[in-house]
Amino acid sequence: MSEIPSELRYTRSHEWVRVEDDGTVTVGITDHAQEALGDIVFVEPPEVGTHFDAEDACCVVESVKAASDIYMPISGEVIDSNGILVDEPEMINNAPYEDGWIFRIRPDDVDEADELLDSSSYEEELEENNDDDDD
Amino acid sequence: MTQKTVLFDKHLQYGGKIVDFAGWQMPINYGSQVEEHHQVRTDAGMFDVSHMVVLDLHGDAVKPFLQYLLANDVAKLKQSGKALYSCMLNEKGGVIDDLIVYYMRDDWFRMVVNAGTRDKDIAWITKQAKPFNVDVQERAELAMIAVQGPHAREKALQVLPIDASQTAGDLGRFVGAAYGEWFVARTGYTGEDGFEIMLPDTEAPEFWDALAKAGIKPCGLGARDTLRLEAGMNLYGSDMDESTSPLISGLGWTIAWEPAERNFIGRDVIAAEKQFGPKQKLVGLVLEDKGVFRGHQKVVVEGVGEGEITSGTFSPSLKKSIALARVPAATGDHCQVDIRGKLLNARVVKPVFVRDGKSCID
Repeated sequence: MSEIPSELRYTRSHEWVRVEDDGTVTVGITDHAQEALGDIVFVEPPEVGTHFDAEDACCVVESVKAASDIYMPISGEVIDSNGILVDEPEMINNAPYEDGWIFRIRPDDVDEADELLDSSSYEEELEENNDDDDD
Repeated sequence: MTQKTVLFDKHLQYGGKIVDFAGWQMPINYGSQVEEHHQVRTDAGMFDVSHMVVLDLHGDAVKPFLQYLLANDVAKLKQSGKALYSCMLNEKGGVIDDLIVYYMRDDWFRMVVNAGTRDKDIAWITKQAKPFNVDVQERAELAMIAVQGPHAREKALQVLPIDASQTAGDLGRFVGAAYGEWFVARTGYTGEDGFEIMLPDTEAPEFWDALAKAGIKPCGLGARDTLRLEAGMNLYGSDMDESTSPLISGLGWTIAWEPAERNFIGRDVIAAEKQFGPKQKLVGLVLEDKGVFRGHQKVVVEGVGEGEITSGTFSPSLKKSIALARVPAATGDHCQVDIRGKLLNARVVKPVFVRDGKSCID
């Protein structure tokens, strides 16, 4: 069973977001997502300063198996990306919710985060799509 | 319809993640594809390859038949159990499949072909065999396990049946031997030493457990793909198919042109192609920028033309991305690859990246 911290918000496309005290938002992929992708070997982060709308493909994570798009959870401008991942992309496998975060944004409207799934809804979502777990 | 090998329950028991491969439910990995890759490069791993197709060919004219059917020449096989890698071509010189053929006796050869091409291969071989009066028999009741890695043979020898364990250690590279219904060959698809072991499927689950107990770890099809690509071995359907000749697929070395009077299917077409010079070639690429090569990415060779990646991955051994690519024949030692709209730099190399645990790239 994959880990789903209760303090985070989630998307159906398996990103997590954390609203920080300063109103910025940190984004990563869930434990379930990293498990499904397998060994991650490369991250192409979104360019700092770029604005994306919610659900835009903004970043690519590549495992040994395949490349996967990461989607912007809520609209906003990218203000930082995780430099650790340049040399240690496997950090996403090792610590998806901590050192394996991918980028930070300044959201257009931080309240958009409230509309994302909470941990129990995300867990239900995973259970409903249980057939996909073996991918 | 999906099929399962006799080892399917073992894959679940050992934590395998199951995916569909050519209609078969096969393990892609048992946790970490990269760990399994290193396991084979540094120690010993095993793969269930029972989905592959074993064909026994019997008949007094089986040798002339295979000399006509295959682009490589089985006349090279003098010693019982000796293996030969060959393409099987259609009349247009395209590759129907690549395969391994073993010389067993003058009236018996054994062939191993790909699972994804089973139906068309059997139909083609059976049709061509008729005038030669050669009997084609599928051995679906045989399971096959590949044990690969620098310590794979010594570990497997501890648990092979007694007759095999006494003598299989003496097998030269690319040679096999039958032990009753078992067949042990010193072959593989990883660039490491090892055995491919055929055995009755009823005995396979117990043997799998014994190999695991001997320290040979289960590895999935994911690691098999990164290992074969590092070794520069082609994958049918990706690096060559019926629309490509062996000459533009890096397989020219498998064609036996001598003796000149040997007529094999497709010979006239590829002989003409050879005479005029193939327009493309299959090369190895090493990515010099950050990123990962994938199949079908466009290759750009400045002042020469364009090509395409046929297989690409991240190489766990070299810690950089590598690929096989079909490019214009005039391509030099550098090219660029279009990865999501960016042209990244790549070095063109001989398509062997890792062999026997060692890098072949400077």
